[in-house]
Amino acid sequence: MKIKLIYNISFSLLMARWKQTLVAAIGVTFSITMFIALLSFMAGLNDMLNGLMLNRTPHVHLYNEIKAAENQPISLFSKNKRQYNFIGSIKPSNELPQIHNSAAIIQALKKNKRVLGVAPKIIAQVFYNVGTINLTGIINGIDVEEEDKLFDFKTNVIEGNFLDLKIISNSIILGKGAADNMLVNVGDMIQVTTTKGDQVQLKVVGFYQSGISEIDKVQSYTSITTAQKLLGESNNYITDIQIKLTDILQAPKVAKEYKKLFEVEALDIQTANSQFETGSFVRSLISYSVGIVLLIVAGFGIYNILNMMIFEKMDTIAILKATGFSGKDVKRIFISIALTIGIFGGSLGLLFGFGLSAMIDQIPFKTASLPTIKTYPINYNPMFYIIGGVFSIVTTYFAGFFPARKASKVDPVIIIRGK
Amino acid sequence: METKVLEAIHINKYFHDPVKVQVLSDVEFSLSKGEFVSIIGKSGCGKSTLLYILSTMDTDFEGDLKIDGVSMLKKKEAELAQVRNEKIGFVFQFHYLLNEFSVLRNVMLPGEKLGKFAVKEIENRAYEKLKILGIEKEALKKPNQLSGGQKQRVAIARALINEPIIIMGDEPTGNLDKKNGDMVFDIFKELAEVYHQSLLIVTHDNEFAAKTHRIIEMADGEIIKK
Repeated sequence: MKIKLIYNISFSLLMARWKQTLVAAIGVTFSITMFIALLSFMAGLNDMLNGLMLNRTPHVHLYNEIKAAENQPISLFSKNKRQYNFIGSIKPSNELPQIHNSAAIIQALKKNKRVLGVAPKIIAQVFYNVGTINLTGIINGIDVEEEDKLFDFKTNVIEGNFLDLKIISNSIILGKGAADNMLVNVGDMIQVTTTKGDQVQLKVVGFYQSGISEIDKVQSYTSITTAQKLLGESNNYITDIQIKLTDILQAPKVAKEYKKLFEVEALDIQTANSQFETGSFVRSLISYSVGIVLLIVAGFGIYNILNMMIFEKMDTIAILKATGFSGKDVKRIFISIALTIGIFGGSLGLLFGFGLSAMIDQIPFKTASLPTIKTYPINYNPMFYIIGGVFSIVTTYFAGFFPARKASKVDPVIIIRGK
Repeated sequence: METKVLEAIHINKYFHDPVKVQVLSDVEFSLSKGEFVSIIGKSGCGKSTLLYILSTMDTDFEGDLKIDGVSMLKKKEAELAQVRNEKIGFVFQFHYLLNEFSVLRNVMLPGEKLGKFAVKEIENRAYEKLKILGIEKEALKKPNQLSGGQKQRVAIARALINEPIIIMGDEPTGNLDKKNGDMVFDIFKELAEVYHQSLLIVTHDNEFAAKTHRIIEMADGEIIKK
């Protein structure tokens, strides 16, 4: 009842100055619109760049580092003797970069609840032979289906069918850059030389484009069995195990654990891509600060208009107080004016923000390096709308709070006697 | 025994700015139910100051003030607002109607604030008051469409809406011509005699004051005649 009356009065005061009110509301609308559009766009860009890098990076990467043996032969001899060994010019131990007992590790990982998926991989250095010229390259032997499940392999295969890799033996999906350099098409045969000097013929079944041209110039994909054949290794030869976790934030902890457990090197995504994370964070930070500055400016607009309104409505405030409205009531009236402006302007802003985002989403954006992107990326995260809505209300509340407090302190005697 | 609706007990008031000046000294009087009293005095004698103290809007004074037998000394701002809303009706020199609202709504507002009755009932009562004052036809107009005399009558209707125990007026006829001034006086007189409404009117119009039941004369912050 009382709230209704107070709202009623503030609404009448609002309508009496509807042009000013509208200007204030448009200020809020504009800033919220920009806030939403900016954040959606920035988040869209972040997602796109993340997709480019992070989604293709395993959360935890298990591999074997080529390094010197921790226990040199001399230590066997010097065991239990009071002696120090100084060894010069140590070389890495003659060990293959394979992960020992990989099948058992993969089995164990697949049973773990924290693990979303496991994809084994073989990395092999090769030369692509083009006539007399040799181009250096890296062939990744992958489990096609697992790789697609975890890293969305399919979207980056721009020509040919990625499943052919599994079906056709001795097949290869060439990096787009490498294929361009070698002047080959899908269906052609190419020849590669392994580091051991073996020459192998492979059939090109597709092209791969990651969007990063340095990678596309060297990387190619084959199935695990083809890679094993290529290297002349047995069918338990695996050089890398890629793990995706259910919770990416657990990666550093899990990596440390697996390093000990499986006696391999383990790299977590946060360490591998720390500069990338920083980039995303800074971009979000910039868009949030611009959005919030816009809102604060709109808040000052409301503050000004309410201050003016209070000067104009001194008589009204005085008589309301004289006829029994308390300072608190007067304060509520002016705060509800501010909140009305905020809610009205804010919800319009959310609507326009959505509209503007949808429009940006339609603008064509084509770049050779990003085959899957056709228009500017937009992230329609409801969180932005919630933040925008809450922030518009909070800002207008504070913009209204100080003028309202001033109004509540108006001394009716001074106004009434002043006439 | 007559009930006292208003009692001023040894009221002293000082202005502190720029120097301490005593504007009211030891003002003491009371008002019974149904009395129509006027306060007169020269400009600057403190009569308006006294009225604002009596109306609870000015709380910076010494002494005690009782309205309807209750001391106002210890009350908080919101409680005083409640007292003004419920027990006091105001008529000022200037009408102070809110142009944003219709005449009817202006009259209704203090009633809606009190919230004793449903809105519909308050509307009926507001019509009733406007009828007593003969301006029910203007109910749906905006205040700025009315003449000065009509506006002042609307202000009186507004003062009456919560059936206060006392109506206070600060030169209510000061801005009106003779004809409208007389009409406002007649309304006050009728309220006092027919409806037994207590009225306390500050005026410097001696002719107006002469027709009231009792005159309190002030000079230099003191009551010189009760």
